[in-house]
Amino acid sequence: MIHTEEEVIKEVLHLNEEEHRPDFAHTRKVKVKVFRFNVETDYLPYYKTYEMKVSKDELILDLLNRIKWEHDGSFSYRRSCRHGICGACAIKVNGKAVLACKENAQDLVKIFGNELVFEPQSQKRAVKDMIIDKSDFWEKHAAVKPYVEATVDPRPTKETLMTPTKAEQFLESDYCIQCGACHYSCPALEVNEDYLGPAALVSAYRFTIDPRDEASEERLELTSQMGIGVWDCVKCNECVEACPKEINPIEKITKLHNMQFEQGIAKRNVATKHAEGFVRSIKKYGYLDEQDIVMYSEGLGVVKHMSEAIKMIKAGKIHPFDVMKKKMPRSKNLDEIQKLIKITQTNKL
Amino acid sequence: MSKLRYALYTGCTARESTPELLSSTMAVADKLGIELILLDEASCCGASHLQDFDEMLAYTLNARNICYAEKMGLKLVTICNTCQLNTAMTKHQLDKDPELKEKVNAKLAEVGLEYKGTSEVQHFLYALIQDYGLDKVREKVVTPLSDFNIAPFYGCHNIRPSELHEHSTGGENPYNPTSLDSLIEALEGNTVDYESKNKCCGFHVDLQAPQTSNALTGTALLDAIDNNADMIVTPCPLCQLNMDLKQHSAGKQLGRDIELPVLHMPQMVALALGCDEKSIGLKYNVTKATQFSK
Repeated sequence: MIHTEEEVIKEVLHLNEEEHRPDFAHTRKVKVKVFRFNVETDYLPYYKTYEMKVSKDELILDLLNRIKWEHDGSFSYRRSCRHGICGACAIKVNGKAVLACKENAQDLVKIFGNELVFEPQSQKRAVKDMIIDKSDFWEKHAAVKPYVEATVDPRPTKETLMTPTKAEQFLESDYCIQCGACHYSCPALEVNEDYLGPAALVSAYRFTIDPRDEASEERLELTSQMGIGVWDCVKCNECVEACPKEINPIEKITKLHNMQFEQGIAKRNVATKHAEGFVRSIKKYGYLDEQDIVMYSEGLGVVKHMSEAIKMIKAGKIHPFDVMKKKMPRSKNLDEIQKLIKITQTNKL
Repeated sequence: MSKLRYALYTGCTARESTPELLSSTMAVADKLGIELILLDEASCCGASHLQDFDEMLAYTLNARNICYAEKMGLKLVTICNTCQLNTAMTKHQLDKDPELKEKVNAKLAEVGLEYKGTSEVQHFLYALIQDYGLDKVREKVVTPLSDFNIAPFYGCHNIRPSELHEHSTGGENPYNPTSLDSLIEALEGNTVDYESKNKCCGFHVDLQAPQTSNALTGTALLDAIDNNADMIVTPCPLCQLNMDLKQHSAGKQLGRDIELPVLHMPQMVALALGCDEKSIGLKYNVTKATQFSK
């Protein structure tokens, strides 16, 4: 952003005076509703509203600063680098995960209107205002061994080189700043506290793909476990949307899935059979056989779906006596599909 | 305006457990004078699970589906959010990565096909809004839905990742989506504003993590109920199935009774346009929408 000299001087001189704030053409009045809570003194959180004039260049961090400096010195939040690299100032605005130092306030007004709601990343973990206890994040992070494990010669005579192709395979997973934006936007984590979550899984990918690393198998074993690993991702893509570094965590989760099959680490269970079972159906019909996939994936466990199956039969959605699969749709040119599966499929369960 | 023509990619669900989705879609198109040509050659999109097993295979099969729309020179229109995501994702990856496109095309050449990248991929909801226009939909309403509070449930895969869908949705913001709300309004229904409308229904982990799935589905249903919804409407048959079918188990897990009809987006439009009962197919919904029974 290029300013005239006059604008810069004005801004420096009137930094904290609302009335004299440089009135860039598009200053807007915004209601900022802020989550307040002190774990030591408050039973319940409450919200305080501030009316502010927001100029077009102000960031959410600027607004946080103004609340503290101009309205209430007790207001608490984390901040450090102001360059989108330390990850400290991650909060939520109207439910959207943001890095306060990277997010333009008026851009958010465009999405949400003139009332912005500032909340901590996770309300149930709030300690003071925007500050949360992030220990669950760090525990998950540590669990995936977020470092290169390698036997290293203490006096190496030559560098460990990495080819550009190898470096590309990181898919920018090494850009993660551990801000927690994806972690605290993940609905699966919200209801399953054992799940490692997108940030830890990105980290697992980042070190597993590292050609120097020797703990890949261990990490793939860990992340293939039911209840905590990749199979508990709900595929909502909230993490992709939340990441301020545009890392696309779900892409790395898919890669971990693939690597588990490629390296023979995936064990036969309801989730892996479900993924593999698609090929079984598509080969036969082109379409997914919805009844077969449940029976195939669950095995004997299928009995727990009985009451729902009965509801579906009653509504005419499924046909239990159609043993010849007459009601099953079939793709035209099925032979093409079968041939493509034959020449393309590389993974096995 | 010349007649709108699309290649309709039905996906599996509309041809199996939610036949009401296909029949109501066809009825709506018929009423509006939109021509939908069934893409009968198409296969399953892999429902975002096949790619976990074999990513390359998922790309190849999805590219093949798009080839058939390209052959007809038509836009490929989906009626399932997950079909939309997987088809659009394949298109996006192939269009930006010539090396991948070449690899996929080498496979497709074996069956005499070539992916070119000439067909757009769009969900029917957005085709209705952007190509047909809500003003024209409004003119065709014969049974206004003004007696009902309708909760829009957007479903993840139509709105996220927003960068992927930006073009086909006309810039829908996943944190504050409006398209389904405007459609409800065009049919003169009352939209319900509730926090869960852009959240996940949990369908994709229903087999391996039913507790997660039930918690997410139940929370969304209860949120709609607590905001006085008479029904939920969704453009995704997977959301519809999960929310319609799991009300009892989700309610048991969350400790509350849940009963709320969940309609497919085209079912709602078909009701407002006065389509025949058979194509609206309300009998296939597990939780009955008794509001509409005569």
